[in-house]
Amino acid sequence: MIKIEQLYKRFGKLQVLEAINLSLDGGQCIALIGPNGSGKTTLIKSVLGMVVPSAGSIYFQGKDIGREWAYRNDIGYMPQIGEYPENMTIGQVLDMMKDIRRVPENQLDTELYEKFALGQIRNKRMRTLSGGTRQKVSACLAFMFNPKVLILDEPTAGLDPLSTEILKEKILREREKNKLIIITSHILSDLDDLVSQIIYMQDGKVIFHKSLIDLKTETATDKLSKAIAAIMSNKQAVPTVISHE
Amino acid sequence: MNNKIVKYVITDLLRNRTIVGYTVLLLALSLGIFMMEDNADKSIASLLHVVLFVVPLVSIIFSTIYLYNSAEFIALLVSQPLKRQSIWFSIFLGLGAVMLLSFFIGVGVPTLLYASSPSGLMLIAGGLLLSLIFVSIALWTAVRIRDKSKGIGLAIILWLYFALIFDALLLFLLFQFADYPIENIMIGISMLNPIDITRILILLEIDLSAMMGYTGAIFREFFGTGGGMSLTLIVMLLWIAIPVGLSVRYFKRKDL
Repeated sequence: MIKIEQLYKRFGKLQVLEAINLSLDGGQCIALIGPNGSGKTTLIKSVLGMVVPSAGSIYFQGKDIGREWAYRNDIGYMPQIGEYPENMTIGQVLDMMKDIRRVPENQLDTELYEKFALGQIRNKRMRTLSGGTRQKVSACLAFMFNPKVLILDEPTAGLDPLSTEILKEKILREREKNKLIIITSHILSDLDDLVSQIIYMQDGKVIFHKSLIDLKTETATDKLSKAIAAIMSNKQAVPTVISHE
Repeated sequence: MNNKIVKYVITDLLRNRTIVGYTVLLLALSLGIFMMEDNADKSIASLLHVVLFVVPLVSIIFSTIYLYNSAEFIALLVSQPLKRQSIWFSIFLGLGAVMLLSFFIGVGVPTLLYASSPSGLMLIAGGLLLSLIFVSIALWTAVRIRDKSKGIGLAIILWLYFALIFDALLLFLLFQFADYPIENIMIGISMLNPIDITRILILLEIDLSAMMGYTGAIFREFFGTGGGMSLTLIVMLLWIAIPVGLSVRYFKRKDL
């Protein structure tokens, strides 16, 4: 569904992405993990067209996304920090996105909207919301338009345990609909029962792209966090910042 | 251009306290001046200073701050199925429309009520154009500079330059070349500063040009003609189009 070929990105002197080659297919839930500053968010933003790559190409359903914009109709994106116009209410923000996407009302997926009970706080202004509530709005927006691809950047950071569970269940259900889901997270325990594949990045390079089962058998562990820890200790010198368990 | 984004930027801005405060301030100033002064032309001369200093200042600083505060939101829009250039241009239209509206309510309406003379109309036209020009310049600085405090700093410097420093340089030049016939060159140089263009146009309308001596006569000769006026209007429109055009071009390639 998404194919990335020889992707490079530099910010000034800093090489953020280096020779990234990936092929991501539908029906998979892929965890993008790696230490801080390993290029995860930049990679995601390149796919979304928010960052313009220095070299290389990205194909979405076979089409090069350079200078394209319509392909984003098929992507739902939940940013790390969701900032919205301060003076707008939740309802207005949702309506605006509906306006932009032009998806008929009966095809909208309002499950998260109902489960997070956003209807009750529809008239609250965005500036009065807590970080967690903003996350809920972002999550609701990402899933609302039934996109084929979901890109979730740190989706559970700031959410309370109950909402985290709601979101995880939703992700599992979407995965069964043959969608491609990409998640970055540092909370590996959250990912364990969600993901089917792991992409591990470091210093702007993809170190490996494997299925979760392969990874666990190779490292003879039963938990993702242990598997990653095992990989990292084999590689030595790798900083151990990603395990939060 | 995307009507929906324009609409939402405007809805967001109309609730903004700074915009409301700015409108009220302009309204209070113009009503105050018109009520205290019976002679309409004298009131216009007083209001001129408001238009020449406050309008560019608020337009450029407010727009810059608004753009930096909306950075995340703009990034979110870019992640949606929208063309980049239409996002940026729509933000310009939204900001511009609200600044125009504020100025029109604050200065335009009182001027039309108390002094709907050619000079009053010129004041309104000048203020409207200046609002748009400084929104446009703000767009350019905000897109080029990533750091918020540096961007706001540059906006303040640009305002100082157009409002004060440029005139100081011009005055210096005038005294240095006092012995040479530089009046025609002066017209050319004044085109480099939209605030100066507005000032000259309004002063000419309220017949204060007599106080500007021979230069005033040259100005009158140039700006008084239809050709000179249309040329000036084109220059003012270029002052809007060029910064916003450059900023759109840069925004298309920007990493968010």
